[in-house]
Amino acid sequence: MSSALEPAQDLAPEEPRFAALRRLFSRERPATLVASAVVLVFVVVALAAPWLAPHDPLAQSYLRINTYPSAEHWLGTDQFGRDVFSRLLYGARNSLIFGLVSPAIAAVVGTTLGVAAGYFGGVIDRTVSRLIDTLLAFPELLLAIMVSAVLGGGFWNVVMVIAVAFVPGFARVARSATLAVKQEPYIEAAVAVGLGTMKTIWRHVLPNISAPVVVLATLWVASAIRLEASLSFLGLGTQPPNPSWGNIIRDGLGNIFGSPWPIIGAGFAITVVVLAFNILGDAMRDLLDPEIQ
Amino acid sequence: MARMIAARLLDAVPTVLLVLTLVFVALRLLPGDPALVVLGEYATQEQLDLFRREMGLDQPLLWQWFAFVRDMLTLDFGVSMITREPVVQLIGQNLPYTIELTLVATGMGLLFGVPMGVLAAVHRNRAPDSGVRAFSLIGYAIPDFYLGALLLIVFALNLGWFPINGGGEGFWDRMYHVFLPALTLAFVKTAFLGRLTRTALLETLGKDYVRTARAKGARENRVVYRHALRNALLPVTTGLGLSLLATLSGSVAIELIFNRPGIGELLISAIAKRDYPVIQGGVVVFAFFVVTVNLLVDLAYIVIDPRIRAQA
Repeated sequence: MSSALEPAQDLAPEEPRFAALRRLFSRERPATLVASAVVLVFVVVALAAPWLAPHDPLAQSYLRINTYPSAEHWLGTDQFGRDVFSRLLYGARNSLIFGLVSPAIAAVVGTTLGVAAGYFGGVIDRTVSRLIDTLLAFPELLLAIMVSAVLGGGFWNVVMVIAVAFVPGFARVARSATLAVKQEPYIEAAVAVGLGTMKTIWRHVLPNISAPVVVLATLWVASAIRLEASLSFLGLGTQPPNPSWGNIIRDGLGNIFGSPWPIIGAGFAITVVVLAFNILGDAMRDLLDPEIQ
Repeated sequence: MARMIAARLLDAVPTVLLVLTLVFVALRLLPGDPALVVLGEYATQEQLDLFRREMGLDQPLLWQWFAFVRDMLTLDFGVSMITREPVVQLIGQNLPYTIELTLVATGMGLLFGVPMGVLAAVHRNRAPDSGVRAFSLIGYAIPDFYLGALLLIVFALNLGWFPINGGGEGFWDRMYHVFLPALTLAFVKTAFLGRLTRTALLETLGKDYVRTARAKGARENRVVYRHALRNALLPVTTGLGLSLLATLSGSVAIELIFNRPGIGELLISAIAKRDYPVIQGGVVVFAFFVVTVNLLVDLAYIVIDPRIRAQA
């Protein structure tokens, strides 16, 4: 597959989009199709949560605390009498936001660092590389726990914490891609005709390193969703009463001797959505960038 | 080889300094005024001043950094603001449980993961391979705290086979208490190590020396285990370090679910109580862990891989 792609990439960097899409959803990849459907449902649920949810996710009632699933409350209620199913639907919205925003911020910051290191070399490269290597030694979750131990929870803090955990990965990929692109004749040509450094980077380096960065961002949507759930479970992420899949499980654990359904429901949602994004990310990787493993 | 080991050890020094500096920046500079963060908005001026003096926050920044690095390297983490116990003592009480959990989980992960990877590689693109692939996809997707909660509900609460909390007393009781939490972490690890072993083994199985071994008429088992797997275990060693650290970060949530003592449990409850010195101690201990494990992996590489040794 890689041998078929390489010459095409060299001659025509802008491969027709529909060809790529058609290959992504070809019949040889039934898993991709199912995964896409799951992601679609997830996005629709996240966007339409206010209309789909049967109850207000924050409405408390002391008349129905910790109940088992029923026709009215599909996953039962929690210790404040809130409808768990509605919280789950709103939690999808929460996960979608973190899943998109954090990798995007990390991609921008990490790519900037990586391109600067790769393009300018010298002291900048040595400093950035050292920093990346050190941070890459930390698992993302551990880094996120350590940073949020200091910063605390809350929406923007969590967005930043997850972004920080992803920056080193983007920086590394962007740096090595930039190093490769820098050797290309078109960069030499751009510099030779007197194009400024910033313009060279903007017009010639960035477009040519975008594939691996985009692939990485796709792969990390799943990681971001998982990470947010983990942090919220630990009480470091989305703060109550706002619903998140992580803190639904946390709340469910408080009623572990009663109904297990909130835990089962929220955990199932995380697992299925993360699985779907992983499968989709893998497919995107195979398609756009056969080099990254 | 001694020179390579010495060089790697020396290389850890700036890393430790950098990590401590990052922790320092995160703890002292990012939150704004730590005194306000810790004591809250309603603290009186005297309380704030006292806190700043106790933590050395009234000193010049460079001196604060120096004192911080010195204290951390000598394991002087101060005393808990709640219980007034020395933080190093709290960590000392909790650390063995976390290490125990991480090691048992790693052992289980190796026990299941490596044979699974071998099975998948030997039967490439056939049923066992697909099975292992499906397993690892799920292993990557399922959050460890969810799996932990499920195991707790089924095996501890409903079936009553395992204890629902605590760390246990004495060796066998401790192994009994650690089993379910470790199994949870091992699940994810098995997926990771299985996939890693599969990839590495497939690569070595395609090497010339494997073809030579087959040409000599060596039996398939001998080819796989003696020639291919031994060489495939090199990348697995690096992966093991990485996954050891992943397990360590996973242990935070697992300790919470199974109500086990440990560094994660200590850190999370300290965060809830804003016990600043304990948070600092916990974060630094995690950082030391990361640096040490990476160092050990690199050293193991030097010792195990004859090609790296030959370069020296």
